[in-house]
Amino acid sequence: MARIAGQDLPKNKRGVIGLTYIFGIGKTSAAQILEKAGVDQDKKVKDWSDPEIVKIRQVIGDEYKVEGALRSEIQLNIKRLMDIGCYRGLRHRKGLPLRGQRTRTNARTRKGRKKTVAGKKKAPK
Amino acid sequence: MARSLKKGPFVDPKLERKVLLMNESGKKRSIKTWARRSMISPDFVGHTITVHNGKKFIPVFISENMVGHKLGEFAPTRNFRGHAGNRKDKRK
Repeated sequence: MARIAGQDLPKNKRGVIGLTYIFGIGKTSAAQILEKAGVDQDKKVKDWSDPEIVKIRQVIGDEYKVEGALRSEIQLNIKRLMDIGCYRGLRHRKGLPLRGQRTRTNARTRKGRKKTVAGKKKAPK
Repeated sequence: MARSLKKGPFVDPKLERKVLLMNESGKKRSIKTWARRSMISPDFVGHTITVHNGKKFIPVFISENMVGHKLGEFAPTRNFRGHAGNRKDKRK
């Protein structure tokens, strides 16, 4: 079992796909990493040799921000917006969409599950 | 869509002139402005600019983190006080 960046990789998947289980690595960067490490993309994760794993780990460590470090960077960016009191920061505080989407309906990703309001009429007469 | 890089950032010329004048003379006074669309340039840091929100002027103290944002982002134009009979979120 290959452990990279504190994340277990699925051993029965191809290398490119396996790497995408790490937060911050998608298919494009996975392909670039494997190319730099000199590992074939189609090689299954379980078939990686120890030196190959070390090489992959090194490439990720040197050139990519992943997992915890990336998460904290994202949190810091959001915190910055909230601290300077700009519009996007206010929207983050209220848990509403930031980019001018409608909120009369939809926007459920930001607002969470529907909260039913008592006395709200279904349709106007 | 983002602004073309070729043009560079938009900073309201009149406002910029006023800020630069104040920087030169070293005076600190708040500037009233309607130029919500103006980008905050690094020269603005440390000034207080009162930005119109459609009704009144909101004082905005420019800090370093705000450079690159627009002035209008700091003076909200809408004032949502919550729905009627919703006692729970009577915050500010």
